[in-house]
Amino acid sequence: MSDHEYTPSSKFGKWFNDRLPLLTLANHLTDYPTPKNLNYWWTFGGILTFCLITQIVTGLVLAMHYIAHADMAFSSVEHIMRDVNYGWLLRYVHANGASMFFLAVYIHIFRSLFYGSYKSPREIIWILGIIIYLLMMAAAFMGYVLPWGQMSFWGATVITNLFSAIPLVGESITTWLWGGYSVDNPTLTRFFTLHYLIPFLILGLVVLHIWALHVPGNNNPVGIDIKKPSKDTVPFHPYIVIKDAFALLMFCIVFALFVFYQPNILGHADNYIEADPLVTPAHIVPEWYLLPFYAILRSVPDKLMGVVAMLSAILILAALPWLDTSKVRSAVFRPLFRQFYWILVADVLILGYVGAMPAEGLYLLIARVATAYYFAHFLIILPVLGWKEKTTPLPLSITEPVLGGSPNLAAARSDEKIEKTTK
Amino acid sequence: MSDQKDEKKTNRRDFLFTATAAAGAVGVGAAVWPLVDQMNPDASVKALASTEVDVSSMQPGQSLTVLWRGKPVFIKRRTDDEIKKARAVDINDLKHPEKDEDRAKNPEWLVMLGICTHLGCVPLTDKGDYDGWFCPCHGSHYDTSGRIRKGPAPTNMEIPKYEFVNTNTIKIG
Repeated sequence: MSDHEYTPSSKFGKWFNDRLPLLTLANHLTDYPTPKNLNYWWTFGGILTFCLITQIVTGLVLAMHYIAHADMAFSSVEHIMRDVNYGWLLRYVHANGASMFFLAVYIHIFRSLFYGSYKSPREIIWILGIIIYLLMMAAAFMGYVLPWGQMSFWGATVITNLFSAIPLVGESITTWLWGGYSVDNPTLTRFFTLHYLIPFLILGLVVLHIWALHVPGNNNPVGIDIKKPSKDTVPFHPYIVIKDAFALLMFCIVFALFVFYQPNILGHADNYIEADPLVTPAHIVPEWYLLPFYAILRSVPDKLMGVVAMLSAILILAALPWLDTSKVRSAVFRPLFRQFYWILVADVLILGYVGAMPAEGLYLLIARVATAYYFAHFLIILPVLGWKEKTTPLPLSITEPVLGGSPNLAAARSDEKIEKTTK
Repeated sequence: MSDQKDEKKTNRRDFLFTATAAAGAVGVGAAVWPLVDQMNPDASVKALASTEVDVSSMQPGQSLTVLWRGKPVFIKRRTDDEIKKARAVDINDLKHPEKDEDRAKNPEWLVMLGICTHLGCVPLTDKGDYDGWFCPCHGSHYDTSGRIRKGPAPTNMEIPKYEFVNTNTIKIG
């Protein structure tokens, strides 16, 4: 991607690079021209890579002690917690790591939504991201089943039963997924296998995600196209590396607070009771990161349509680059979109809240309104806004508003703020 | 003009391509099927097909939950009141119209899969607006015949294949 041809300085380096151009790749990654106004919301890509590696490493060592069998899984997890050296730490990092992973991915997604990072020419990056997100949910769900507690078992029962809503073949598909007539040992062993596989699929997709990113380059807070390399860019190393490292450190502090002080606050006490196929816990609630979709599922009174609505809520994101008809990327220059953006954020938080509450009375009503709004945002508001909204003038370059001469003073000011954080 | 016409005409090479692709597709399909089918219930799972239950000690109003194929089965010895209630319902009012007479051949005994037809939770016995069963997961109410009356579940709780081996024993499956 860089304009100049790279030649290693050492003789061996040149010999090696002619045969396998790894050094050219390394040079591309360090010199990669990055918009110099990237703010801290852009550090979550690096944080997410850290999360993935943490999950893979801790997962690998946990698998050395875990036993995937319906009779032994629960006690093997307790064995990890009590007997295995540092087992408690490894398991708490892995379990809370899943939550941290989702926390970071939600910030990363909402960053894209605010600054229009999903728009042309970055649609493929965005869609790869949605696939990664779907795989993350699958991995998290199956991982939650492995301890074979009550929530594990009943969560698995409820989620696999979603497939039974499919007309005609639904029942056969659920039986096939279970490997029996209910969630049981065959289900556990296959979930363990897939839980082990998926992170590596995600890793492969992350490589594609970054590759696709390096073709057009990063979007940036003002959302305009920039020349690369130019005075609007800085090399990835050391500028972005050091900024990402600082943000990662801050993130790890939050991570550590959960692991060391509140390791169980995001879990459910019911999962410390071994799975019992005869007793359903009073409230089956998924992990917090799935709650908004769970609320959508429950807000529809029909089984099949509920499942369809829940899946559509995720898949609609893949169509977003074409639903958002505005040519302006960044919300900084879209006064109306900015307001609707924050309403959407509130809407998703409300869905998450009612998803954790019993599906009755006022909660159900709120869930229905919030579900309707969620779809309206993507299917009605975004396409219409693109036509109706009067956007504020875009600066000609990242540097222009800072150096003066911007046609829009307000835009220049908001840029100045961003500039300060970069320094 | 005539050259283009010749190119469009299928020749022996096209036939070979199509035939090779077709044979390849059959081969891939045959190789993939065992990988897919291994996930279906195995012989040992299928072998546990029936369960016998001794119900001699059950009093009217009592219910029992037994495990059959890894799933709970409710056996309820219904009281006269409960039977009356179940049979008094107008069948046209039901979401999934089934007569109680068809669900419980012996009116005193109701045998059904204790699995909510919504998403597979185990409903609670003697609860809910219709004094039958109530599913705590997503709020489905069932009547004393195990029929869905209110909530998201699409159908009545399923009646498995069962028979009375003698007056005291029910064989499920």
